[in-house]
Amino acid sequence: MLLEVKDLNVRFATPDGEVKAVNGIDLDVERGETLGIVGESGSGKSQLAFAIMGLLARNGTATGSVRFEGQEILNAPARTLSKLRAERIAMVFQDPMTSLNPYMRVSDQMAEVLMLHKGMGKSAAVAESVRMLDAVRIPDARGRVKLHPHEFSGGMRQRVMIAMALLCRPDLLIADEPTTALDVTVQAQIMELLDDLQRDFGMAMILITHDLGVVAGSCERVMVMYGGRTLERAPVDPLFAAPTQPYTQGLLSAIPRVDQRGSRLSAIPGSPPNMTRPPAGCPFTPRCAYVMDVCHQAMPPLVTFEPGRSRACYAEIERVMAGPPPVVEMPEPAAAELLETTAPDLTNALPDAAVAGAGSAGVTPEGRRP
Amino acid sequence: MFGFILRRLAVAIPTLLLLIIISFVLMHSAPGGPFTQERALPPQVLANLDAKYGLDQPLIVQMWTYIVGIVTRFDFGPSFIYPDLSVNDIISQGFPVTLTYGAIGFTLSVLFGVMLGIVAAIRHNTWIDTAAVGVSIGAQVLPNFVIAPILVLVFTLWLRWLPGGGWGGWPYWVMPIIALTLSHMASIARLTRSSMLEVLGSNHIRTARAKGLSERAVIMRHALKPAMLPVISYLGPLFVTMITGSVVVDMYFSTGGIGRSFVDSALSRDYAVMMGITILVGALTIFFNLLVDVLYAWIDPKIRY
Repeated sequence: MLLEVKDLNVRFATPDGEVKAVNGIDLDVERGETLGIVGESGSGKSQLAFAIMGLLARNGTATGSVRFEGQEILNAPARTLSKLRAERIAMVFQDPMTSLNPYMRVSDQMAEVLMLHKGMGKSAAVAESVRMLDAVRIPDARGRVKLHPHEFSGGMRQRVMIAMALLCRPDLLIADEPTTALDVTVQAQIMELLDDLQRDFGMAMILITHDLGVVAGSCERVMVMYGGRTLERAPVDPLFAAPTQPYTQGLLSAIPRVDQRGSRLSAIPGSPPNMTRPPAGCPFTPRCAYVMDVCHQAMPPLVTFEPGRSRACYAEIERVMAGPPPVVEMPEPAAAELLETTAPDLTNALPDAAVAGAGSAGVTPEGRRP
Repeated sequence: MFGFILRRLAVAIPTLLLLIIISFVLMHSAPGGPFTQERALPPQVLANLDAKYGLDQPLIVQMWTYIVGIVTRFDFGPSFIYPDLSVNDIISQGFPVTLTYGAIGFTLSVLFGVMLGIVAAIRHNTWIDTAAVGVSIGAQVLPNFVIAPILVLVFTLWLRWLPGGGWGGWPYWVMPIIALTLSHMASIARLTRSSMLEVLGSNHIRTARAKGLSERAVIMRHALKPAMLPVISYLGPLFVTMITGSVVVDMYFSTGGIGRSFVDSALSRDYAVMMGITILVGALTIFFNLLVDVLYAWIDPKIRY
């Protein structure tokens, strides 16, 4: 086992109270495999990644256990983390426009990684950086390595980020929404690049995204997160073919399909819960079409119902598989509770699920690359 | 870059000319003149004095003579109040004094201000941060006309360590420098702290940490440059303010700097001294603002002139 996360919790102290961003997450990643983590904005997936890397913001704390090759790294001393970062576990961030240092040449930013971890001299490190930029298909890498980040386009910058992350040939790459800030054609190129590099370098990858098309194309296993919790975990194919959790089902039905012309694009009503005051029970309760009394009481446990597949839901699998009841309007109590539990920030009100997949231009489950 | 500097220097000439014209007009439109006294001089004496200093000429002629004198002979005219001294004499006596305590004070306030600000930002929300902010606010709200007499009381009257006034070797420098430096150091510390906090929260710093760099390398190599940008734009004008002296410091410690000459000349309508120091401050301001712009381009690769 390369990475083993047990009962990870992330809390943020804010003036409005404690934000419970990640709640009791378990996950594991084998060498060379790709795990997808899906969920809409605010589901805690990025914070989960930062907690693994020890990169939480100042006001954040993480509890639980993160083991990398058996070694506990959660809240490990700075020296231990510095050795692991970039060398064994590397990360590609969401926003390539701001994630590179605008005041340093790309050559300096890349070379310092190799000089630090591999003890290379400056010129050797720059030469190796140029080779890596070639590998991520930056044209004229030798000439461009001397440029500053603002002289690159968004897609090029994300390639630079990826090249920088791969310099030490890490065992694990955490890619946090690597394509979200990029336009559609560039998204496809970056994902293809990541897949190729992963195969060439034999590294494991955690791919965090709200784009199910990206998951279908690149991952072996998927974990669906909502409200900082795992709601469903399964290999890609059964997850797409037969989602057993109402939230997963909602996410999948919110993907526009090119093969179903004229059908209505459905969205999940409501918005994610305010994590300063998360619901007592399942966080998806206020938006769930299968909601029962018990859902409000306590979080359903994550139950493994067949090898490799688990779900956290009180509703029976058969009932969920049968499809949502034809409810046209939201029931009154649910609506009232929704108002009570949703974040006041209405800019987040549009669920990413409603637009998820739109970006990957028809990469539907059936369109998954072999 | 070289072209940019030349262009800016070329623009400096009309700017200074405009400064001279506006100050000249403003100064002469204020009531009274250098020879206005409580006991009025006989009209004949006054007329002779005015004729001697050219004050009987139309304003435009006076201004022309003045500018021609500066451009051709670098002559800023005679002092109206001290008949034996020219403006050049007064500035060349007083400016070295203010330049000395101003430049040392500036260096110290930048050094300690930046250090204090960085430490407070790195130790954000700890007692170190609270203490640094507390000390800064204290130093900033205490005016130097309060600090100066306290310094004299402690170091001259009680401890008898330092001379209470005058100008000579380094013992004379200590108190003027402290009085001048404290509040500026505090402003720099607060500016550095907030700027550094903002930079430390930015995405590219998270990237630097994800590379496995030590916290020290993250700060020195990645955070310092961007955090210093707002500080540097503050430092250009500050340096000019500090080296051209402070009237409070010059008065309390009788240093003989031009800070006092400037205020005295304004009160006594010593037109030539007032103009001379105004032009000095103006020219220095233009020069150091240019220096700040050049520094900016050196730090931020996105700025190209």
